[in-house]
Order: sequence, then C-alpha cells, then structure tokens
Amino acid sequence: MHFGPHLLLAALEGLVTSAVLALTALGLSLVFGVMRVVNVAHGEFFMLGAVLAWAISTAISGHPALGFLAALVLAPLIVGLIALVAERLVLRRLNYNPEATIVATIGMLYIIQQLALTFYGPEARPVEPPFSYRILLPWFGYSGYKLSIIAASALLLVATWLVLTRTKIGLVMRATQYDSETAQAFGIPVTRLYAGVFALGAMLAAVAAVLIVPISQAHYLMGQDPLLLSFIVVIIGGLGSLRGTVVAAVLIGLSDGIISVFFSPTLAKIIATLLVAMVLVFRPQGLFGTTSR
Amino acid sequence: MKDASPAKPYALHLGVIALLFGLSFVLPEYHHGLLARIMVLAVFAMGYNLLFGYVGLLSLGHAMFFSAGLYGAGLAVIHLGWSVPAAFAAGLACGALLALVIGLLALRTSGVAFMIVTMMFAQVFYLVILYFAAWTGGDQGMVVPQPMRVLVLGSTSLDLTNPTVRYMSALALFSIVLLISLAIVRSGYGRVLVAIRENEERTKMLGYDTFSNKLAAVVISGSICAASGAAYALLFGYVGSSFASVQYSILPLLWVLLGGAATTLGPLIGTLFMYYVIDVASGYTSAYLLIVGIALILLVLFFPRGILGSIRQRWLGWLP
Repeated sequence: MHFGPHLLLAALEGLVTSAVLALTALGLSLVFGVMRVVNVAHGEFFMLGAVLAWAISTAISGHPALGFLAALVLAPLIVGLIALVAERLVLRRLNYNPEATIVATIGMLYIIQQLALTFYGPEARPVEPPFSYRILLPWFGYSGYKLSIIAASALLLVATWLVLTRTKIGLVMRATQYDSETAQAFGIPVTRLYAGVFALGAMLAAVAAVLIVPISQAHYLMGQDPLLLSFIVVIIGGLGSLRGTVVAAVLIGLSDGIISVFFSPTLAKIIATLLVAMVLVFRPQGLFGTTSR
Repeated sequence: MKDASPAKPYALHLGVIALLFGLSFVLPEYHHGLLARIMVLAVFAMGYNLLFGYVGLLSLGHAMFFSAGLYGAGLAVIHLGWSVPAAFAAGLACGALLALVIGLLALRTSGVAFMIVTMMFAQVFYLVILYFAAWTGGDQGMVVPQPMRVLVLGSTSLDLTNPTVRYMSALALFSIVLLISLAIVRSGYGRVLVAIRENEERTKMLGYDTFSNKLAAVVISGSICAASGAAYALLFGYVGSSFASVQYSILPLLWVLLGGAATTLGPLIGTLFMYYVIDVASGYTSAYLLIVGIALILLVLFFPRGILGSIRQRWLGWLP
C-alpha cells in the first residue's frame, strides 16, 4: 500500500477511536463540570457496558443484530442504574467533597473491577457485530460497522449538545454548573440533578463501550486505557467544556491512530501523558477552555 | 498539643520501638517475616503521611518515589555492582531528586489538579520503566542477587537475607524515620506545614513562603518513600514495575487513612492492620482488591479520621 492510502486507513482508525473517546470523555466531563467530582471509576462503567453487552447478546439467540440492539438499549440502562445507586449510597453522603469523592471512586473502581473478574472471568470475549458489510474503497475494503460507529457517536454528541443548549433540563444543568448554590436558591433540586448527571455520565461511557465491543472484545481490565485517555481529552479540551471535549477527542484519537502506526505505543503513551501533565501544570484551563471561575 | 510535656510522646514512640524489638524474639517465623515487610512499607506510609496528613496535599503518584528508591538501589547493585550502603544512598538520591523536580512542577497546581498531575507523572514513570525493559526487566522485574545483599561494616559482614538481620535492619530504618517525623512534626517547621493545611492564604499573609515550605515537604516525603523503596529492594531482593503502578500510589493513601492522617504512629497501625486483613482474607478469597475498595469507601464515609485520629479526638489529645 502507498503512503496516501496508508494514512487514510490510519486516519479512519483514528476517527473510530475519536468517536468512542468523545462519548466516554463527554461523560467524564459532564460529571466533573456539573458536580465537580473527578470520577476515577468512569473507566469501570465503560468496562461494565462492554461486559453487559457480551452477556446480553449471548443470552439472546437469533440474528446478531437483535442481541446487539438489545445490548445497546439495556446495557447503558443497567450501568446507569448502578451509577445511580453508587451516587446515592456514597457520593451524596460525602457532600460531593472533591477529595473525598476521588478516594471513594477509587474504591468503586476496585470493587467493580474485582466483581467483574469474579463473575465474568479473566478471558476476553467477542461480541458479534450487528452487520458485516464491507465498504470497498479503491485501495482497500473497510468495515461498514466501524463507519457506523462514527455516525452513531456523532448523532449522540449532537443530541447531547441539543439537550444541553436547547432544553429546560440543559439550562438547569448549565445553571448548576455555573453556580450550584444560587441554582438551589432558585428551587432547582440540585441533589436530584446530580444523581441524574452521574447516571448520564456512566451511561455515555457504557454506550461507547457497547459500540466498540464488536471490534475490540470485552475484558475486565479494558477500562484502564479509556479512563486515562478521557482524562487527557477532558484536560486538553478544558474541564467542563463540551465543544473543547469533542475537538480534543478528535485530535487525540487521530494522533493516537497516526502516531501508533509510526512509533512504539508505549513511547506514544509516555509522550502524550507527559504533555498533558505539562498542559495541566502550565495551562490549567486547557488548550481550548476559557478561564474557569 | 503545645502544652503537653515532650516526655510523653517520646516515651510512647520509644516504647513502640522497644515493643517491635521485643516481638522479634517471640514471633513465629511467618509473622516475623511479615512484620519486617510491614515496617518497611510503614516507612513508605510515613513519607506519604507527611505530605497528605500534615500539609494536606493529596498525591496520587507516590509510587514513583517508592520505585525511584527501589530501582535506584536495585539497579545500582545489579548493573553497577555497588555495595549496599552506596546503593541505598543512590536510591535515596534518586527519590530526592525526582521529588524536587516533581514538586517544582506539580506544586504550581492545587486541589484536584494536583492529584491528577501527580497521578500522570507517576504513570509516565511507570511507562518509562516498561519502555526501558532491557535495563529494568520490564513487567517481569528483576531479582537482586543474594551474594550482593551483604552489608559490610568494618570487619563484620551482615547477610541481609538472614531473617533476624533483615528484621533488625527494617526496625532500624523504621525507628529512624519515626523519630525524624516526630521531630519534624513537633518543630516549628511542622507547625508551619499544618498552618498551610489549615489556611494557606493566611499563612502566606503572616509572612511565610508557602511554596518553598511545601516544596521542602515534597522533597522530604519523597526521600522517605525512596528510603523505603531502597530498603525493600535490598532486604527483599526484588525490583519490579508493579511497585510503580497506580495501585502502589493508592495503598499508602489507604494505610494512612486507616491508621489516621496526621498522626505519627497512624501509618504503622494502618499498614499493619490492612496487611493482616488482606493476609487473612486471601486465605478465603483471591478477591483482595474488593476488600481494598470497600475499605476505602467505608473509611471516607464513616471514619475519615482513621484509628489513631479518632483515639486522639476522644481520649488522648496529646498524641502527636
């Protein structure tokens, strides 16, 4: 293959990564933006989504699309419910204190990971894609399913953006993000909203995982990389900014796809992590963010 | 705390050291070995506590200081053939230098950003260890050869693989660090650190340079953790990348929270307690991470002061 098509392939792979990353990071960003909670267990909600997708799609016989669609609906709902319970039982009792919640979500990370290992096992298991249509480009064939991931993710991102900017609930969320005490004084049920946002953040991660699992297999440790990458995206995009998050996800996803074609993945990770740490040290509002309040 | 006579705390700490010394002769072999390991790891926790408990800086990356000592000492022995004291000094120096650099960078941030930045630097350190697998042994780790682990003092030579020598070396390190941290906490410098924790702006207004005080605390804390890592490499003979992973940044936090943050003896009690809980539990289940997770959540929810912190609040106000 020549350089051009090779780059196109790398870019396409990068876009698939970006699509999934944008959804996952958006969940993390919403939770941080509205609640000021750094959810270290976010990657585990992602993993739970993938593992549940495997469980649901194997439980349903018939055409693979049927099981996949059921997983796409049910897995995020179950994950959202788990997140809701965790929020009620732990985060609310801590009064959303930023430092205590980090310690608590680290605890959740270990609990979820260990339970997945105990009940799901250490194997990596595949989920069959709902369709296996290949799009023939002049240079190579490309999986139609991967392209549909990009489309689905774009659709969900636009929907989230519309909800945030055009609806009452979005207004309430932004008001709470801006100043939770004043919002409460104006009669917004802040703790109920927090519970909803936490569940929504987890659900976004779960949807992303269900979308990616047909091409990457479900495994109990699969939440580690998305967590780190989401942190990177959220920090570069500016904590709590939706547009910045999406731009950063595309940037990170594309460069990850292209860099790892040419360099060792470990070296790529070292450079990326170090760069992001430096961004946080010298430009804490992120590359695209405006100064936070 | 200020009014208490200095004799009481010193007597208590010397008593604890004497108790640990005495235990060496009565403990069965298995617990003897375990306690030696716990004392070395308690040093790690004490280093962590200095920063987290007294300055109020929650780092999620202290595994890098521990493993800087671990690798600094281990690699000096394995690749350069250095003697035990030289290797220990090398580990200590690596940790102090790393802490200075990380402190200069990370202290520009505060709060949540500080936690994430330290976690990311530790992740970079971990990945660097994996990347240079040719020298560090990668994720397999390396064994420090037994003949090299001999401490030569004048005409006598002490074999660090001998259980009694190992226990006494661990106890010596533990005692030195315990007394140092007691001295720091009771000094004027220790009071400044607590003042920074309670209200940094006011401390600054009173004329203290909070940045350099915090930087010094990071360097002291990092050096203590590196000393623990270096001792671990030399006493137990294994150098591995798992000690640099996120988990080893979380564990000292857990130990300190459990024992009681900002208490000098809390790290020992937390490490001892958690180590035995996991040891007992692993007899029944392999899911020890579950216990770590549940312990973390229960501690922040119901018991944020830890064991010694609660005791100090209820009964013993003079406890340092």
